[in-house]
Amino acid sequence: MSSFSEPVIAPRIGTGRGLRRLLHPVTPGLWLSVAILIVVILWAVAPGLWTGYNPVEGQSGNQLQSPSAAHWLGTDELGRDQLARLIHGARYSLSGALTAVGVGLLVGTLIGLVAGATGGRTDTVIMRLVDVLLAIPSLLLALSFIIILGFGHIQAAIAVGITSIAAFARLARSEVVSVRRREYVEAAFGSGGTFLGVVWRHVLPNSLNSVLAYAAVQFGWAILQISTLGFLGYGAPPPTPEWGLMIAEGRNYMTTSWWLTIFPGLFVIVVVLAANRVGRALRRN
Amino acid sequence: MATSLTLKNIVTKLGQGLFVLWAAFTISFVLLQIMPGDAILVRFMDGDMGLTPDAIASIRTFYGADEPFLVQYFQTIMAYLTGNFGNSVISGMPVAQEIMVNLPRTALLAGLGFTGGVTLALIIAVLATLPGFRWIRNLFQAAPALLASVPVFWLGILLIQIFSFRLGLISVIAPGPWERLILPVATLAVPIAAPIAQILLRNIDAFSVQPFAYVARAKGASQRYVLLRHVARNAVLPVLTIAGVTFGELLAGAVVTETVFGLNGLGRLAERSVRNQDAAVLQAVVLIAAFGYVVVNFIVDMLYPLIDPRLRKPQGGNA
Repeated sequence: MSSFSEPVIAPRIGTGRGLRRLLHPVTPGLWLSVAILIVVILWAVAPGLWTGYNPVEGQSGNQLQSPSAAHWLGTDELGRDQLARLIHGARYSLSGALTAVGVGLLVGTLIGLVAGATGGRTDTVIMRLVDVLLAIPSLLLALSFIIILGFGHIQAAIAVGITSIAAFARLARSEVVSVRRREYVEAAFGSGGTFLGVVWRHVLPNSLNSVLAYAAVQFGWAILQISTLGFLGYGAPPPTPEWGLMIAEGRNYMTTSWWLTIFPGLFVIVVVLAANRVGRALRRN
Repeated sequence: MATSLTLKNIVTKLGQGLFVLWAAFTISFVLLQIMPGDAILVRFMDGDMGLTPDAIASIRTFYGADEPFLVQYFQTIMAYLTGNFGNSVISGMPVAQEIMVNLPRTALLAGLGFTGGVTLALIIAVLATLPGFRWIRNLFQAAPALLASVPVFWLGILLIQIFSFRLGLISVIAPGPWERLILPVATLAVPIAAPIAQILLRNIDAFSVQPFAYVARAKGASQRYVLLRHVARNAVLPVLTIAGVTFGELLAGAVVTETVFGLNGLGRLAERSVRNQDAAVLQAVVLIAAFGYVVVNFIVDMLYPLIDPRLRKPQGGNA
């Protein structure tokens, strides 16, 4: 039928620099997502600026208050302001997701780079092993590492990061393999570049773009996984205001104090949605 | 239906599956039995237990921890091949026994969850193609992103609260054997339905404008006939691939779902084994997951040629 393709109009790249160009085209939803992420980052950096309440010590006689003007999102069973806990908890979600994505990105890219750049038998063996990691559900793989590393916030984050290594390695390898065939890489080898030198100066930087974009997409997923481990009790111990742990604690009061479970869950959803939205925009460009 | 799956093809796929299983065993063995060091020493050296060095030595002999690890490795492989998954360090029970008790429960939950998820996805996809249901399509093209962002444990808690406590539809105290599965199955099904529905919708859109669909319509076929006979068959293929990948999600989902709903099963077993640092149990669960992944993907590979004649190798003139 109408198989004539539309004339391709090159996307007009705005003259604005940096973030704006990376996120082009900027829709209202994307603006909102960026705004949400900025607010959450500010919460993580300076929670004291956003709330005067103590996230760990409660006020007696103030337990299980429903949302009010004084406590916008209510208080928990120890009389702690829930909004304060959520604001202080942003630090755990963000630092955990950063750690997880960092581990996956670094180790995965390294593995993919070695496999893709050396090629041949090394490549086959490495990638076969990477495929085996994909056969184990990521949560079970994360649990296996938690048994070794022990419970804790950083341990859980590292475990989540390890489970994403396989995906990063596959992506990095496919990029490296395609970059290696380019003429400028051939030229660099031809003009006497050493193997490591060419890989470091030409192959790695040119393979990195899509790997970094994937890292952005992984960020929301990591927040979700870390909250799951927190919920199961393998992450930060109480009284840490980690969002997943807060849901687990609030669950016991669900029938009478719904706000203790509902709000942390909504916070996770909104931040993950925003991170995914921004991640996909970065990936597109 | 005669397929020309060559024997060689099947044997290669089986070989790949066995390799994955062996490698998964080796990786999990190194992770869970070697890297943690001597779990038994750590566990029983605790002064409070008041065990004599002799007693500890005999415990270590019982668990085979006194052997060098290459010996342990081969012993464990041989034991696994005969269906002996070792003993739980916590309960002292054979792991195989705990697995056998819990496997059917999780298989039922996961099977129902998967069926529910696929059914839900199909219903959404078919509804979205009907005229007048355009909004469903618009909604669901946005919904997968939303559903994928919802923590599964939170969804489960919410469902219990709404359907059991607020609406009183599902009894919390002593529910029937099927009644108690409704909410867990829904919790498992919703997140896997989202990506499947999304892919179905995208494929139906793509295939509805393919020349073969226009030709069929031009020859007088009804919209529904074209959809079912021509479009659906093509659209379902990629869904099969997703189904293979989704299997792992189901087991991971079982860990969370069984914990939230207080159901016994493999997921709960895994959750408890982590809490108790019971590596032998976790290794068995990990390997069952890998085994399931291999089997499901093998079946999916075998099903492709059955569904898509183009993937059958032409054999003489009767391809």
